[in-house]
Amino acid sequence: MATQTDTSTTTTTETLRPTRWLPEDLWVHAALVGSIFLMAMPLLLAMIMSTQTTSEVYEVTNLGIGSQGLANYWTALTEYNFATYLFNSAAMSLVIVVGKVSLSLLAALALVYYELPYERGIFMFILLTLLLPVPVRIVPLFQLLADLGWTNTLLALTGPYIASATAVFLLRQHFMSIPASLVETARLDGVGPLRFLFRVLIPMSRGMIAGVCVITYIYAWNQFLWPLVAVTDKSSQVVQVGIRYIQGSAQAGLTRWGLIMAAAIIALLPPLLVLVALHRPLLKTFAIQQK
Amino acid sequence: MADIQLRDLTKRYTDDVLAVDGIDLRIHDGEFLVLVGPSGCGKSTTLRTIAGLEDATDGTIEIGDSVVNDVSPKNREIAMVFQNYALYPHMTAAENMSFGMRSVSDFSAEEIERRVADAAETLGIEELLERKPKELSGGERQRVAIGRALVREPQVFLLDEPLSNLDAKLRVQMRAELLKLHRQLETTTVYVTHDQTEAMTLGDRVAVLNDGQLQQVASPQELYDFPENRFVAEFIGEPAMNVLPVELRATGHGLTAAHEGFTVELPGTTDRAALGADDRTVSFGVRPEDIALASSLPDGAATFTAEVTVTEPLGEQLLLHCRVGSAEIQVKVEPRSQVAVGESVTLGFDRERLHLFAADTGETLYHSARPKADPNGRAEQSHEPASSEGLAPEAEPTG
Repeated sequence: MATQTDTSTTTTTETLRPTRWLPEDLWVHAALVGSIFLMAMPLLLAMIMSTQTTSEVYEVTNLGIGSQGLANYWTALTEYNFATYLFNSAAMSLVIVVGKVSLSLLAALALVYYELPYERGIFMFILLTLLLPVPVRIVPLFQLLADLGWTNTLLALTGPYIASATAVFLLRQHFMSIPASLVETARLDGVGPLRFLFRVLIPMSRGMIAGVCVITYIYAWNQFLWPLVAVTDKSSQVVQVGIRYIQGSAQAGLTRWGLIMAAAIIALLPPLLVLVALHRPLLKTFAIQQK
Repeated sequence: MADIQLRDLTKRYTDDVLAVDGIDLRIHDGEFLVLVGPSGCGKSTTLRTIAGLEDATDGTIEIGDSVVNDVSPKNREIAMVFQNYALYPHMTAAENMSFGMRSVSDFSAEEIERRVADAAETLGIEELLERKPKELSGGERQRVAIGRALVREPQVFLLDEPLSNLDAKLRVQMRAELLKLHRQLETTTVYVTHDQTEAMTLGDRVAVLNDGQLQQVASPQELYDFPENRFVAEFIGEPAMNVLPVELRATGHGLTAAHEGFTVELPGTTDRAALGADDRTVSFGVRPEDIALASSLPDGAATFTAEVTVTEPLGEQLLLHCRVGSAEIQVKVEPRSQVAVGESVTLGFDRERLHLFAADTGETLYHSARPKADPNGRAEQSHEPASSEGLAPEAEPTG
């Protein structure tokens, strides 16, 4: 369909070209199809394997829908506690999103609309924290949580992720693209900073905030290492670590890949739904401009 | 209603950047004062300092009887209108106009509603109140922005290039409306623009700034007729005044300005010392509209020849670019004059409208017309029609 319209329009506009039976951008399309296939391959394989039994998975050439159907999914959800894990993951992600976005909004507000001493230095310091992500700080962080007695709590899961240089940076850039005269008008009118934030900046930045929320949500949902360290109690664990637990429960010495793949697909669905619902603001977020 | 008094107002951003350099200016109660100057001359900074959006590095700002340097912007009883309108895009016109008042909780809902309705009526935007900025045209947005300033019922209006984003036709229309509005409200208004036409048409008085310094404050006509220095002379008037280097020569009955292409007697001069010129070479200034083709001059007037290099028909007048010796001058002549490029034309000056500036400082040394001060500090032309060598009245500058 698309190639047909392509050829027809190019024929009318460029009548000098004799060979018209192949679309001009055939190679572009081939390359796109090829790279999409490559990227989608692991996902496709996972979906196929999630329907197979363990022995079917080990038959390397067997790439058809397996005999298990959706039974692996059911097993993961019921026998392996995935319903709980999903709930825990959702709670963790939600707290991180709300906490991170609120804090970043306040930080960006202060950075853009207030004259702070050493403002540039403060911003640089915030960016510098990008060099020290949680995995680098994992030992001292764990020590800190143990001292605070936060192990196995939601606080432990979310605390280290609330402050985010990325979100501050994105929001700061967005705020800088809003004309200064808006905040100056507000200052002349005696509008306070928080009222300005809630009544002007946030309504004006809805798309950007939604975009930051999506990024943050997916990032939080996919946390693995930190929950693995911070949470030892299975009932408080999150879904990504839950997948790892299944690997531990080998059946007759064989890893139950079918079950793991089903669990992986389950873990993938919530962020996928969020992404589909909010892909528009996300795209806008990455097209930010500074005026 | 309030006076504004700036005393030695200075704004320094860094050690190198001096935006406003010791401005002393009194803006009278109810006056419409225009700050005009080229980009970066400090006019917007001056306005923003009055508003309190910038702190003065030095000097004082008084609004009414009190020094407001340390008063926060919201307590200065001012309202400001910005070039980009600064409307909140997610609010309707009415919400935009009332947002500030709702935020400070000093006003009852009825009071806010009444003021918004009044302002909307004044500006003729009643039917736009429920629309959002993106559903409004540029002119309508600017009206809403002015409406937002009106509802505050301020002592002083500060307008920062409010018409610059509008197209030419709308700008002329809004200019007239601003004047009408000012006459109706009689609120002290400070208006910043880089457009000298806007400055001349709007201002009761116009303050010309350059490099952060005040060059001259005067009524539009006085600025035009009696510029205090070469910068003001060249900045006010479109096209700009011709300024050429000349040599001063003493003759029997006064001084003569001699250029390689022409010589002109300077009426009312006796010697260089009387002008304050200790140098032989000075800058000679004459506006394009004060030069005319010899054919439209009275008989016996001194003339010179020039070669036409470019002709620009402006419709109401014909603008000639002419070469005189090695200099280029612009001349405004009768619109339907038969003049071709490359032709030699005979030109003459309006001797009542000649100016001399010091070659080094640019200070004015001489106007061939004499300013006459009136009680309002305004100047009028002293010359009576009796001075017979003058041009025909229709060639007089119209400002």
